[in-house]
Formats: sequence, structure tokens, C-alpha cells
Amino acid sequence: METPKQNHIDKNDFDHVYEPAEDSYLLIDALEKDLQYLKSKNPTFCLEVGSGSGIIITAFGMVFPKAVCFSTDINFKACSMSKSTAFQNNVMLETVNMDLGSCFIENKFDVILFNPPYVVTDSDECGSFDITASWAGGVKGREVTDRMLELIPKILTVDGTFYLLLIEDNIPSEVISIMAENGFSSDVVIKRRVRNEFQLVVKFFQDKTN
Amino acid sequence: MKLITHNMLTSKCLKGVITGYPLAITATVVKVSEVEYNPEFISRIIPKLDWEVLWKAADSIGHNEGLPQTIDPKFEDNEEFLRKAHKVLLEVEVEEGYLTCPESGRQFPITKGIPNMLLTEAEVQ
Repeated sequence: METPKQNHIDKNDFDHVYEPAEDSYLLIDALEKDLQYLKSKNPTFCLEVGSGSGIIITAFGMVFPKAVCFSTDINFKACSMSKSTAFQNNVMLETVNMDLGSCFIENKFDVILFNPPYVVTDSDECGSFDITASWAGGVKGREVTDRMLELIPKILTVDGTFYLLLIEDNIPSEVISIMAENGFSSDVVIKRRVRNEFQLVVKFFQDKTN
Repeated sequence: MKLITHNMLTSKCLKGVITGYPLAITATVVKVSEVEYNPEFISRIIPKLDWEVLWKAADSIGHNEGLPQTIDPKFEDNEEFLRKAHKVLLEVEVEEGYLTCPESGRQFPITKGIPNMLLTEAEVQ
């Protein structure tokens, strides 16, 4: 998968929007690794939640020109940057300023991508509308992720796939059990150590053979 | 905001709102930009939409483009229809305006083509 062009972005804008980093590229690498599976699913509607600069959903859209891509972010500046990143790379992207995916009707998305704010922080750091929202994850770095896990069965199609980036501090095994209780199987797609952080991308899907 | 997005948005996340669908559109600026026509792509999207909601939304902003209110079962073979549907779904964009919750009347502004669906803590379900 190609890395989207980002030269339209003014570096100062990254004071307000999360600048793509190793975690962003790990999620893109995970999608690339899983490309054959994704292609076999022939997705129509795809959503990235908390898209920030927009490079992940744009990279996705470049490989899936027959999918309609959507993104959300709680930060308007991030929405605006996502939209321009997609535009500069000839990807059609629809962007909505919203909390996670809470304002979408049920079971429409075939693919959902989420690189959450995963840093372990105090609860009160979590829940802002600015750049802090891009990294502050509260207790276990999971407060935002856990709200998203609840939303997944409501907005993902029955045949859909959810890709989630986590770090070790988030206790991935707990996330996997929460999703298993909702009937989702999981696979670790990719993992990587970045300095002191151990990052991984897990995909979740409903196994209909059971 | 393209009408395809409007087709998927609800305000049911508001406290006391049951379906919150469809949202009414008030458009002050509408932009029509050319998007490459791909009949296969558009045919794939159409069955996944609420056509009645799409038609009414398009009509409410003056862009129904003569589309029928109901879909013909053999719509894939009708190029005239597909071209119109393509225009309404992918080329027409609401740049400025607002969406209104059908139950509570709460308005959600659309700025630079981006709807703002953020709620205050007191408004959340």
C-alpha cells in the first residue's frame, strides 16, 4: 500500500491534529498484510473513527477505489485535515465531526478502522475536543476504546471487520474477551516494538461458521 | 456532505430521541462537482441505501434531478437512471447549512462540507 502524500499539510497544523507516527503506519501495514482478506470481502462502506490527519483512511481508499470511505473525528481541525488529505490523493472521503461513530444508523460499515487514544492517563485528561483527545486514553488507556467496542456490534455489518490498534498497557487479552462476549473472533494481524511501547493491531469479525 | 452520508446519519444519540432519522436538511450553499461515473460502483451502492430518504433529501435541496421515487427492479440496466443517481449521490454536496433532528428540532451545523454532530454532555443518551 502506498503512503498518501502529505505535503499539502502545514507543519503547524500538527499542533492541533495528531501527526502520523509509528502507530499510524503500523495500522496501514496491518491493512497491507491483510489485503487479500480485505479484497475477498469486497467492502462497500468503510469508516475510520478518529481519523486525525486522515492518512490511514486515505491509504485504504487508494487501494479500494470501489469503496465509499467515511471518517469521523471529535476535533473539527482533524476532520478538515482528513478531508484535504483524501482530496490531495484523489480519494473520495466523507467526513463527519462526531464522537466515535455514535450518529450512524445501524450495521452499515463493512470495515471499521480505529487507532484510538491509547496512552494511559488520568480519567480527567480523557474527553477533550483538541489534540489531547488524540492520545489521552484514561484508565488502562482504554476509556475511549471500550466505548468504541460497545458501538461495534451496532454499526458494523454482520460480515464486517474491525481493525483496532492497541498497546500492551491496554491489556489486549481483556479487549479480546470483551469482543468475544459480543460474538466476535479475533486475530492479531501485526505487532511491533517501538521504543518502550509494544504495539499491535487486532482484527475482529463474526465467525458465521459457529 | 454528500447525500450518501445524510442517508446514514441519525440523531438518536440525543437523549429522549428514539429514531432521529432521517434528519431534515437546510442547505445554504450546495456545490456540484464532477466525479468520474462508474456504473458498477453506483449500482453496488444503491441497494444499500434508503432510497425514499435519499429521494426526499435530494428533493428538499432542489436536486432530485428527475429521479424516480421508487427504484425499478432492473435499475442496473438503466443508464439514464444510474447517471442521475450518480449525480445525486456523489456529485451534489451540501457545503453550508444544517441538519435538523426530526424529533427534538436540535440543529447540527454543516461547515465547509463537514456536519457537526457533537453533543454536549447533558444531551447524550
